[in-house]
Amino acid sequence: MSKIIKLATGVALASTVGVGATVTAAEMAECENCGDSMTIVSWGGAYSKSQLKAYHEPYSAATGTEIINDESSAEAVAKLRAMNEAGNVTWDVVDVVASDAIRLCDEGLAIEINPDEDLAAAPDGTPASEDFGDLLVSDCFIPQIVYSTTFGYRTDNDDWNGATPSDICAIFDTDGFPGQRSLEKRPIANMEWALMCDGVALEDVYDVLETDEGVERALAKLGTIKDQTVWWSAGAETPQLLADGEVAIGSTYNGRLFSAIEEQDQPIAILWDAQMFDLDGWIIPAGLSPEREARARHYMKFATDTQRLADQAKYISYGPARASSAPLVGKHADLGIDMAPHMPTDPANAQNTFLYNYEWWADNRDDMDAKFQAWLAN
Amino acid sequence: MATELTTHDGQPLHKSLAKALRREKLRALVLIAPLLVFVLLTFVSPILDMLFRSVENSIVADTLPDTTRALQSWDPLGDELPSEEVYASLANDMMLAQEVKIHTRLGSRLNYDQPGIASMFRKSGRRIKRLDAEIHLDAFTNVNAAWATPASWTALRKHSLWPEAFPSSSIAWNNWAKFVKSDEGDDADPTATSPYGFTYSALHHDLKKLSSEQWNKLSSSDNSELSALFNGLQEASVSFPDGNYKEQFLDMHDGWGELDNWQTIHRLSPKVVDSYYWASVDRERTSDGVVQKPENERIYVTLFIRTLLMSLLITFSCILLGYPIAYLLATLPTRTSNLLMILVLLPFWTSLLVRTSAWKVLLQQQGVINNILVWLGLVGDDNRLALINNMTGTIITMTHILLPFMILPLFSVMKTISPSYVRAAKSMGATDWYAFRRIYFPNTIPGIGAGSILVFILSIGYYITPELVGGTKGVFISNRIAYHISSSLNWGLAAALGSILLVAVLILYWAYDRIVGIDNVKLG
Repeated sequence: MSKIIKLATGVALASTVGVGATVTAAEMAECENCGDSMTIVSWGGAYSKSQLKAYHEPYSAATGTEIINDESSAEAVAKLRAMNEAGNVTWDVVDVVASDAIRLCDEGLAIEINPDEDLAAAPDGTPASEDFGDLLVSDCFIPQIVYSTTFGYRTDNDDWNGATPSDICAIFDTDGFPGQRSLEKRPIANMEWALMCDGVALEDVYDVLETDEGVERALAKLGTIKDQTVWWSAGAETPQLLADGEVAIGSTYNGRLFSAIEEQDQPIAILWDAQMFDLDGWIIPAGLSPEREARARHYMKFATDTQRLADQAKYISYGPARASSAPLVGKHADLGIDMAPHMPTDPANAQNTFLYNYEWWADNRDDMDAKFQAWLAN
Repeated sequence: MATELTTHDGQPLHKSLAKALRREKLRALVLIAPLLVFVLLTFVSPILDMLFRSVENSIVADTLPDTTRALQSWDPLGDELPSEEVYASLANDMMLAQEVKIHTRLGSRLNYDQPGIASMFRKSGRRIKRLDAEIHLDAFTNVNAAWATPASWTALRKHSLWPEAFPSSSIAWNNWAKFVKSDEGDDADPTATSPYGFTYSALHHDLKKLSSEQWNKLSSSDNSELSALFNGLQEASVSFPDGNYKEQFLDMHDGWGELDNWQTIHRLSPKVVDSYYWASVDRERTSDGVVQKPENERIYVTLFIRTLLMSLLITFSCILLGYPIAYLLATLPTRTSNLLMILVLLPFWTSLLVRTSAWKVLLQQQGVINNILVWLGLVGDDNRLALINNMTGTIITMTHILLPFMILPLFSVMKTISPSYVRAAKSMGATDWYAFRRIYFPNTIPGIGAGSILVFILSIGYYITPELVGGTKGVFISNRIAYHISSSLNWGLAAALGSILLVAVLILYWAYDRIVGIDNVKLG
């Protein structure tokens, strides 16, 4: 049930040596019978910018395709279903998190992908299915980056007496590390952390959560800090709360913490212990005309090759999803700092991690969410 | 005796009048027709569509037509799994469902009621092609090799007993026809080849239920081909194996051997269900009838009550704050009041998110208000007030955001009250308070009514602001509706919650009409 995939070995420790033989515009196969414009949906902000620089601009330059950006990823699942029901799908490629991709695939709203045919092989010839490996979590999903939900804390908490947290259970240690916390307003990751800090081994977490007692136990553990917790629903909230001094420690996406620390010089540090890896990537909606689908597939092959994925890491601190991209990760485009140590998949950061258990949460999310929200509201 | 009044052309007056009025009404109808059509198309029909979604449930019966048919003879209260026939029907339904990729969709639907069933369908879909479906095909061809020809099915389907006497086979054959079209393209001919083995299994289960009269009809059919096929089949079919689908499904996924899963499928077989409504009031239908959900899953009733109470509170604080401002605006000289009016409208033109975020900056514990209070020494530094991420935050922020909706109708009503009324009262000896209470205030009630309805109805539907400043205790039912629309995709439950909210508003509106009178509402 609880199959934990060791991402660290899959992504960061890849020993593949980049040979540098990447697809250039000249080598890229011609796109036959393809549309000449496409709408790409993503999350907006720094993330969309990194895609614009690493994927869209080179692709437009090479093929002359006009790319229209839409920043609707947060509502992508509902909107795609509405478009599909109305019979008028206006998006060509959509950036979604893996759990949404699984839902879209289940609902028949995304087309299935055959990695070895539809995606580029690694420079050394490793087929895409092996290069992405275990990260191909759905038949419709093409992973792009590995990000993590992890904790940031203020480095100037007076009442911490100079202690720095090195263990996830510091969030439940209100004596050693007093102050407000911030956690996401959903059960995913919170329930796992609570049980881990209540003495459950990671591999048993989901078996325990399947029982009513297990849920009670996790909520009881979270209950010890419930009154001191701000519950967030947008990723930007924790960095803001940390910067304002509203909370002493809080969970958010690692890329948000990177920009608060490195770009905005806030007195914040990252606690990497027990970070939860999650994947973000592409899907192609079902119901496109043949020309548009051909264009979307052509773009996909280009945008998810080894070099392109490594390029994206120049703009944002998320780890590329291909094993063969890891050695090619370079320096930040503006700050000029090495990006590798800021990747969640860097060996030093990835000593204790777990991957979002997609299958378990796909089955139990609605049920667990009802219990979690009821617990929050009462 | 009074003579009937007539017009000059001799028609009775009331008829002539009715005719003229009818023409008038028709003209009016034509004039409003464009608007009416627009409202019907863009407002009424989506609402009806939404109401319909809250009970609509055709996905189960459409995806598993034969399974739901066969399940009707199963006792969901017993402790036995469905019969072999149900599993044979399931095999045949699932084969088509995974071919057209709708089995996972059904799994997601059922998962709302039975956690874990989604992955059962997803996994079974991958393995369904490995099912061994030859068992009855072999049995039939052993009796007569002609059963393996497509002509045998053409002959059977022409017989007058088809499809009534062959409920399972006819559905199985339709599934096969759809399967061929999906697999080979729309112009493929399903009668060109003999169907896959599932269809023969369906036929086997149908044959078991034929009466001897029906057997006679089939074996003495005018169609010599058909009579040859059925000749001796009745005797031979007695020794046909019952099938091996049940064990194959149990091998495929343990879930097919669990009663809970079958009870869920059985319960959700009807095309119209009330399960979303029960879920909306924290109840569920089980084998013991409708019961309350376990305590740790009850949330919606709490949220409904909270939404209504907090909306009322927000409406009252809007009246308290808005009334004096509207009075000031209505009584000041036009120049000054116009300036003040701009101040009222300015936040109206600012983005909702900006205003909400501004409140965060003001209200948070390290925020402006707390800092000032600490600086003044009114609260201790280690005892700062919690003004946000709770009910207080939602009420303060929403009151501010909705205040213009109270001030504007109040202002326009107050503007029409002649100052001479109050003056006249005073000249007859009324005190200021008496004149206000008996003369001015009653005249402003239509404004209060209009403002209150606006603010109340807007506030029960708000979800962005409570989500951002409400923490855990200050969120509304609309936050859950938004979650089910955009994250869980449980649109049925979202529709049921929305419908209940709609009905609650209509009841309150009706009560308001009875108590205050809707004619007493004025926007100016």
